[in-house]
Amino acid sequence: MSPGIPVDHALLLSAALFGIGACGVFLRRNLIAIFMCIELMLNAVNLAFVAFSRAHGTLDGQVLVFFVMTVAAAEAAVGLAIVIALQRHRDSVDADSFDLLRF
Amino acid sequence: MDAALFYLLGALALGSSIVVIAQPNPIRSALALIVTLCCLAGIFGLLGSPFIAALQVIVYAGAIMVLFLFVLMLLNVEPERGPGRSRQLTFAAVALAVALSAQLGSVLVRGDRGAGVEGFRAPSVDMARVLFSESFLYAFEAVAVLILAALVGAVVLAKRELP
Repeated sequence: MSPGIPVDHALLLSAALFGIGACGVFLRRNLIAIFMCIELMLNAVNLAFVAFSRAHGTLDGQVLVFFVMTVAAAEAAVGLAIVIALQRHRDSVDADSFDLLRF
Repeated sequence: MDAALFYLLGALALGSSIVVIAQPNPIRSALALIVTLCCLAGIFGLLGSPFIAALQVIVYAGAIMVLFLFVLMLLNVEPERGPGRSRQLTFAAVALAVALSAQLGSVLVRGDRGAGVEGFRAPSVDMARVLFSESFLYAFEAVAVLILAALVGAVVLAKRELP
Protein backbone atom coordinates (compact mmCIF):
# COMPACT_ATOMS: atom_id res chain seq x y z
CA MET A 1 0.00 0.00 0.00
CA SER A 2 1.40 3.38 -1.01
CA PRO A 3 1.67 6.24 1.51
CA GLY A 4 -1.21 4.76 3.51
CA ILE A 5 -3.95 6.54 5.40
CA PRO A 6 -3.01 7.98 8.79
CA VAL A 7 -5.29 6.42 11.41
CA ASP A 8 -5.19 9.68 13.38
CA HIS A 9 -6.90 11.54 10.56
CA ALA A 10 -9.65 8.94 10.30
CA LEU A 11 -10.23 9.27 14.06
CA LEU A 12 -10.36 13.07 13.85
CA LEU A 13 -12.84 12.82 10.97
CA SER A 14 -14.95 10.53 13.14
CA ALA A 15 -14.86 13.03 16.05
CA ALA A 16 -15.82 15.89 13.71
CA LEU A 17 -18.77 13.95 12.23
CA PHE A 18 -19.95 13.04 15.74
CA GLY A 19 -19.85 16.72 16.73
CA ILE A 20 -21.80 17.75 13.63
CA GLY A 21 -24.41 15.09 14.38
CA ALA A 22 -24.70 16.25 18.00
CA CYS A 23 -25.09 19.86 16.83
CA GLY A 24 -27.93 18.73 14.57
CA VAL A 25 -29.67 16.96 17.46
CA PHE A 26 -29.48 20.18 19.48
CA LEU A 27 -30.70 22.46 16.72
CA ARG A 28 -33.21 20.62 14.53
CA ARG A 29 -36.91 20.73 15.34
CA ASN A 30 -38.17 18.06 12.97
CA LEU A 31 -38.25 14.68 14.74
CA ILE A 32 -37.18 12.77 11.62
CA ALA A 33 -34.27 15.17 11.04
CA ILE A 34 -33.17 14.59 14.64
CA PHE A 35 -33.29 10.88 13.89
CA MET A 36 -31.07 11.34 10.85
CA CYS A 37 -28.56 13.25 12.96
CA ILE A 38 -28.48 10.31 15.38
CA GLU A 39 -27.75 7.98 12.44
CA LEU A 40 -24.90 10.33 11.50
CA MET A 41 -23.47 10.04 15.02
CA LEU A 42 -23.71 6.24 14.89
CA ASN A 43 -21.81 6.30 11.61
CA ALA A 44 -19.08 8.46 13.12
CA VAL A 45 -18.68 5.82 15.83
CA ASN A 46 -18.50 3.12 13.15
CA LEU A 47 -15.68 5.02 11.46
CA ALA A 48 -13.74 5.09 14.75
CA PHE A 49 -14.28 1.32 15.13
CA VAL A 50 -13.02 0.61 11.61
CA ALA A 51 -9.98 2.87 12.11
CA PHE A 52 -9.06 1.12 15.35
CA SER A 53 -9.62 -2.26 13.71
CA ARG A 54 -7.03 -1.26 11.13
CA ALA A 55 -4.65 0.12 13.74
CA HIS A 56 -4.74 -3.12 15.71
CA GLY A 57 -4.89 -5.39 12.70
CA THR A 58 -7.78 -7.42 14.19
CA LEU A 59 -11.37 -7.98 13.11
CA ASP A 60 -13.07 -7.27 16.45
CA GLY A 61 -13.77 -3.64 15.57
CA GLN A 62 -15.51 -4.65 12.36
CA VAL A 63 -17.66 -7.18 14.20
CA LEU A 64 -18.75 -4.37 16.53
CA VAL A 65 -19.62 -2.24 13.51
CA PHE A 66 -21.81 -5.10 12.27
CA PHE A 67 -23.69 -5.15 15.58
CA VAL A 68 -24.00 -1.35 15.66
CA MET A 69 -25.53 -1.48 12.18
CA THR A 70 -28.14 -4.08 13.15
CA VAL A 71 -29.06 -2.12 16.27
CA ALA A 72 -29.29 1.07 14.17
CA ALA A 73 -31.65 -0.68 11.75
CA ALA A 74 -33.86 -1.87 14.62
CA GLU A 75 -33.77 1.60 16.17
CA ALA A 76 -34.74 3.28 12.91
CA ALA A 77 -37.69 0.91 12.41
CA VAL A 78 -39.07 1.38 15.93
CA GLY A 79 -38.30 5.10 16.02
CA LEU A 80 -40.03 5.83 12.73
CA ALA A 81 -43.03 3.78 13.89
CA ILE A 82 -43.18 5.98 17.00
CA VAL A 83 -42.99 9.09 14.80
CA ILE A 84 -45.92 7.81 12.72
CA ALA A 85 -47.93 7.11 15.87
CA LEU A 86 -47.14 10.58 17.24
CA GLN A 87 -48.09 12.23 13.97
CA ARG A 88 -51.43 10.44 14.02
CA HIS A 89 -52.00 11.68 17.57
CA ARG A 90 -50.89 15.31 17.32
CA ASP A 91 -50.72 15.93 13.55
CA SER A 92 -47.18 17.26 13.82
CA VAL A 93 -43.59 16.01 13.69
CA ASP A 94 -42.19 19.11 15.38
CA ALA A 95 -40.26 18.14 18.52
CA ASP A 96 -41.48 21.32 20.25
CA SER A 97 -45.10 20.16 20.11
CA PHE A 98 -44.41 17.14 22.34
CA ASP A 99 -43.66 18.67 25.72
CA LEU A 100 -46.12 16.87 27.98
CA LEU A 101 -43.30 15.43 30.09
CA ARG A 102 -41.29 18.64 30.18
CA PHE A 103 -40.46 19.83 33.70
CA MET B 1 -3.46 7.56 -4.23
CA ASP B 2 -5.29 5.95 -1.31
CA ALA B 3 -4.52 8.89 0.93
CA ALA B 4 -5.70 11.43 -1.65
CA LEU B 5 -8.97 9.52 -2.11
CA PHE B 6 -9.38 9.35 1.67
CA TYR B 7 -9.04 13.12 2.07
CA LEU B 8 -11.41 13.74 -0.86
CA LEU B 9 -14.08 11.42 0.57
CA GLY B 10 -13.55 12.80 4.07
CA ALA B 11 -14.04 16.39 2.91
CA LEU B 12 -17.13 15.36 0.95
CA ALA B 13 -18.54 13.56 4.01
CA LEU B 14 -17.95 16.59 6.23
CA GLY B 15 -19.54 18.95 3.70
CA SER B 16 -22.62 16.83 3.12
CA SER B 17 -23.07 16.22 6.86
CA ILE B 18 -23.16 19.99 7.39
CA VAL B 19 -25.85 20.13 4.69
CA VAL B 20 -27.76 17.45 6.67
CA ILE B 21 -27.99 19.65 9.76
CA ALA B 22 -28.33 23.02 7.98
CA GLN B 23 -30.94 22.18 5.34
CA PRO B 24 -34.47 23.07 6.56
CA ASN B 25 -36.12 20.66 4.10
CA PRO B 26 -35.92 17.17 5.65
CA ILE B 27 -36.06 15.39 2.29
CA ARG B 28 -32.99 17.28 1.08
CA SER B 29 -31.20 16.57 4.31
CA ALA B 30 -32.02 12.86 3.89
CA LEU B 31 -30.47 12.94 0.41
CA ALA B 32 -27.39 14.70 1.81
CA LEU B 33 -27.16 12.01 4.49
CA ILE B 34 -27.13 9.35 1.74
CA VAL B 35 -24.12 11.14 0.20
CA THR B 36 -22.40 11.16 3.60
CA LEU B 37 -23.06 7.44 4.09
CA CYS B 38 -21.72 6.56 0.63
CA CYS B 39 -18.55 8.61 1.28
CA LEU B 40 -18.11 6.78 4.57
CA ALA B 41 -18.56 3.47 2.74
CA GLY B 42 -15.68 4.45 0.47
CA ILE B 43 -13.55 5.34 3.49
CA PHE B 44 -14.34 1.97 5.10
CA GLY B 45 -13.20 0.27 1.92
CA LEU B 46 -9.98 2.30 1.89
CA LEU B 47 -9.34 1.40 5.54
CA GLY B 48 -9.36 -2.28 4.63
CA SER B 49 -12.91 -3.41 5.44
CA PRO B 50 -14.71 -4.21 2.17
CA PHE B 51 -17.41 -6.20 3.98
CA ILE B 52 -18.39 -3.24 6.15
CA ALA B 53 -18.28 -0.96 3.09
CA ALA B 54 -20.74 -3.22 1.27
CA LEU B 55 -22.99 -3.45 4.34
CA GLN B 56 -22.92 0.33 4.65
CA VAL B 57 -24.21 0.78 1.11
CA ILE B 58 -26.79 -2.02 1.26
CA VAL B 59 -28.13 -1.60 4.80
CA TYR B 60 -27.61 2.09 5.55
CA ALA B 61 -27.78 3.91 2.24
CA GLY B 62 -30.15 1.30 0.81
CA ALA B 63 -32.55 0.07 3.46
CA ILE B 64 -32.51 2.53 6.35
CA MET B 65 -32.45 5.69 4.26
CA VAL B 66 -35.23 4.39 2.01
CA LEU B 67 -37.27 3.84 5.16
CA PHE B 68 -36.57 7.43 6.22
CA LEU B 69 -37.53 8.84 2.83
CA PHE B 70 -40.63 6.65 2.78
CA VAL B 71 -41.81 8.00 6.13
CA LEU B 72 -40.93 11.59 5.15
CA MET B 73 -43.05 11.29 2.02
CA LEU B 74 -45.82 9.33 3.74
CA LEU B 75 -46.25 12.04 6.38
CA ASN B 76 -45.74 14.79 3.79
CA VAL B 77 -43.32 16.61 6.09
CA GLU B 78 -43.01 20.34 5.45
CA PRO B 79 -39.68 22.19 5.61
CA GLU B 80 -38.96 23.76 8.99
CA ARG B 81 -40.26 27.29 8.86
CA GLY B 82 -40.65 30.17 11.26
CA PRO B 83 -38.16 31.85 13.53
CA GLY B 84 -36.11 28.72 14.27
CA ARG B 85 -33.84 28.47 17.29
CA SER B 86 -32.78 31.67 19.01
CA ARG B 87 -29.31 33.09 18.37
CA GLN B 88 -28.06 32.28 21.87
CA LEU B 89 -29.27 28.69 21.65
CA THR B 90 -27.60 28.21 18.26
CA PHE B 91 -24.35 29.64 19.59
CA ALA B 92 -24.49 27.44 22.69
CA ALA B 93 -25.24 24.32 20.62
CA VAL B 94 -22.37 24.96 18.20
CA ALA B 95 -19.95 25.70 21.05
CA LEU B 96 -21.03 22.55 22.88
CA ALA B 97 -20.65 20.44 19.72
CA VAL B 98 -17.18 21.88 18.99
CA ALA B 99 -16.08 21.20 22.58
CA LEU B 100 -17.49 17.66 22.35
CA SER B 101 -15.66 16.83 19.14
CA ALA B 102 -12.40 18.40 20.36
CA GLN B 103 -12.53 16.26 23.47
CA LEU B 104 -13.50 13.14 21.55
CA GLY B 105 -10.74 13.77 19.03
CA SER B 106 -8.06 14.19 21.68
CA VAL B 107 -9.19 11.04 23.52
CA LEU B 108 -9.39 8.95 20.33
CA VAL B 109 -6.00 10.08 19.02
CA ARG B 110 -4.36 9.19 22.33
CA GLY B 111 -6.03 5.75 22.31
CA ASP B 112 -4.11 2.48 22.36
CA ARG B 113 -2.69 1.71 18.92
CA GLY B 114 -1.54 -1.88 19.31
CA ALA B 115 0.91 -3.44 16.92
CA GLY B 116 -0.60 -2.26 13.66
CA VAL B 117 -0.35 -4.20 10.43
CA GLU B 118 1.00 -2.77 7.21
CA GLY B 119 -1.56 -2.95 4.42
CA PHE B 120 -4.28 -4.42 6.68
CA ARG B 121 -7.18 -5.87 4.73
CA ALA B 122 -10.01 -8.06 6.00
CA PRO B 123 -11.68 -10.20 3.33
CA SER B 124 -15.37 -11.00 3.78
CA VAL B 125 -14.61 -14.68 4.35
CA ASP B 126 -12.62 -13.80 7.46
CA MET B 127 -15.50 -11.67 8.71
CA ALA B 128 -17.91 -14.61 8.30
CA ARG B 129 -15.45 -16.87 10.11
CA VAL B 130 -15.24 -14.46 13.07
CA LEU B 131 -19.00 -13.80 13.20
CA PHE B 132 -19.80 -17.53 13.34
CA SER B 133 -16.96 -18.35 15.71
CA GLU B 134 -17.46 -19.39 19.33
CA SER B 135 -16.93 -15.86 20.66
CA PHE B 136 -19.64 -14.08 18.66
CA LEU B 137 -22.14 -16.79 17.71
CA TYR B 138 -24.53 -16.13 20.61
CA ALA B 139 -24.38 -12.36 20.08
CA PHE B 140 -25.13 -12.94 16.40
CA GLU B 141 -28.18 -15.06 17.22
CA ALA B 142 -29.31 -12.52 19.84
CA VAL B 143 -29.18 -9.80 17.20
CA ALA B 144 -31.47 -11.88 15.01
CA VAL B 145 -34.00 -12.02 17.86
CA LEU B 146 -33.58 -8.25 18.39
CA ILE B 147 -34.44 -7.58 14.76
CA LEU B 148 -37.53 -9.78 15.03
CA ALA B 149 -38.61 -7.93 18.20
CA ALA B 150 -38.08 -4.58 16.48
CA LEU B 151 -40.15 -5.77 13.50
CA VAL B 152 -43.06 -6.78 15.73
CA GLY B 153 -42.71 -3.60 17.80
CA ALA B 154 -42.75 -1.38 14.73
CA VAL B 155 -45.90 -3.05 13.40
CA VAL B 156 -47.68 -2.73 16.75
CA LEU B 157 -46.64 0.92 17.22
CA ALA B 158 -47.58 2.09 13.75
CA LYS B 159 -50.87 0.17 13.63
CA ARG B 160 -54.09 2.10 13.71
CA GLU B 161 -55.60 1.99 17.20
CA LEU B 162 -58.38 -0.53 17.63
CA PRO B 163 -61.83 0.89 18.44
